[in-house]
Amino acid sequence: MVENRPFLTFLTHLVLIAGVVIVVFPVYLAFIASTHGPGQFVSGLVPLLPGPHLVENYSTIWNEGLSSSGAPPIWVMMMNSLLMAVAIAVGKIAISLLSAYAIVYFKFPFRLLAFWIIFITLMLPVEVRIIPTFAVVANLGMLNSYQGLILPLIASATATFLFRQFFLTIPDELMEAARVDGAGPMKFFRDILLPLSRTNIAALFVILFIFGWVQYMWPLLVTSDSRYYTIVMGIKRLAASADSEPLWHLVMAAVILAMLPPVLVVIFMQRLFVKGLVETEK
Amino acid sequence: MQTKRTIFPSKLLPYILLAPQLAVTLIFFIWPALQAVKSSFEREDPFGFRTTFIWFDNYRRIFADPNYLSSLGRTAIFAISVTLLSMAISLLLAVAVNRLLRSGKVYTTLLVWPYAVAPVVVGILWWFIFNPSIGLAPYILRGLGISWNHRIDGNQAMILIIIAAAWKQISYNFLFFVAGLQSVPQSLNEAAAIDGAGPFKRFWTIIFPLISPTTFFLLIININYAMFDTFGIVDATTSGGPAQATNILVYKVYTDGVLNLNIGSSAAQSVILMLIVIALTIVQFRFVERRVQY
Repeated sequence: MVENRPFLTFLTHLVLIAGVVIVVFPVYLAFIASTHGPGQFVSGLVPLLPGPHLVENYSTIWNEGLSSSGAPPIWVMMMNSLLMAVAIAVGKIAISLLSAYAIVYFKFPFRLLAFWIIFITLMLPVEVRIIPTFAVVANLGMLNSYQGLILPLIASATATFLFRQFFLTIPDELMEAARVDGAGPMKFFRDILLPLSRTNIAALFVILFIFGWVQYMWPLLVTSDSRYYTIVMGIKRLAASADSEPLWHLVMAAVILAMLPPVLVVIFMQRLFVKGLVETEK
Repeated sequence: MQTKRTIFPSKLLPYILLAPQLAVTLIFFIWPALQAVKSSFEREDPFGFRTTFIWFDNYRRIFADPNYLSSLGRTAIFAISVTLLSMAISLLLAVAVNRLLRSGKVYTTLLVWPYAVAPVVVGILWWFIFNPSIGLAPYILRGLGISWNHRIDGNQAMILIIIAAAWKQISYNFLFFVAGLQSVPQSLNEAAAIDGAGPFKRFWTIIFPLISPTTFFLLIININYAMFDTFGIVDATTSGGPAQATNILVYKVYTDGVLNLNIGSSAAQSVILMLIVIALTIVQFRFVERRVQY
């Protein structure tokens, strides 16, 4: 701070508190709604203070789900989401580490072509190639399967670039020393490169876990069997049924549960999260 | 392209290392994209038995379709509003946090987590707040003499998705603005203060111009976000309605292709979206090149 201006400092806190209120309020309202009974949502105004049905609502939605929506219990969908998010994050990191290693530490014909093919994926989000991608997955018989949910999403240009940038900063002497000592390429990769990349891998994992968890359109397309529903897509079905019956308390409990895992990851791994976010976008 | 001074001599190994990434890319990205381009030039008969090559007919039809043109306009309004609203709020918050020393960290933690909330969940949260029968916002607006029903009023539906989409993006913009502000040398700020410039003058004449690379970068990222990552928000709040009022391009591709099975038209729309992403990506990467020299 350059100078002492008490009024400006007061204003600063005021702005930030207003900002926090804007950011937190929608979730607060959802949480409050999830602690009430169904009678509160028939008419009039939504409740603004906590009610007595917290445990009851959450255990209902966790164990039984919403029978009228055709979606399975929340715990099934949470497990599917967890599996999908972790598999996408691990898969993206694994194949990107390998391809970045190939591009940086080897010279071979078509190296530039391979680099450009990977780069192009940046320009082809699922949204612009919905139907043909669906057709490919259907032809491979991967509809309603975990492979179908995961595999098409694990190509990653950003992760490859991040590791490429990082490998370029590693001193050449390390590799030369390893070669003098008789280490082959895979031994160098496993015993030197991987341990050095630990922080980058962790930061990237946080970002990619969130990426996997919040996927919506893709699970919506490839799963029709409710056993494979993820929480983020299943929740839309719950919400749609809340429009006809007053089940807001259960829907909002599901909403809170759906956002909890990735939000906790951001809050508790904030440093890695910020590092991952800022570096992948460079 | 850069490599190491010494490299491993292996001939086959690099191809094996690249194989998984390239396989996934070719099967699930490049091939479907080529298919989309191909079917954008074709018409399929209603039973799917025969396809005829029809050159640019699908494109011609799209650009003659008032629904598509209005969707294009609405997407522009949506993207620009989301970008400006979200960036303005985030910049204000970032400047505020940057003034503080210790408490800034607490505020940062409280502000960044919406990044991790799925767009469709964001949509449901705001849909609940603006629910015409029990929502809090319509209740307050009724007190002010405004009747809110985004199921009937197209403009209100648009406002709803703009607010929801901007809310989600605050945390992202905030983090990048904070990073940008921290890279501004403190000495410049102090020198200006010694010369008698007040905080507001210092912000507009020194800090704001110096963070312009961040601002420009965020501009591109936000437009990209508003155009492509908001599918879940639209699907959860308005489903493109009422009367196409919030049917933005990415949602229209989905409804035309997946729900109405109009493959040719949907493919042509996909190709147009692809061109938009390619343009945005090129702008973004050219800018990054320049930022290095900045």
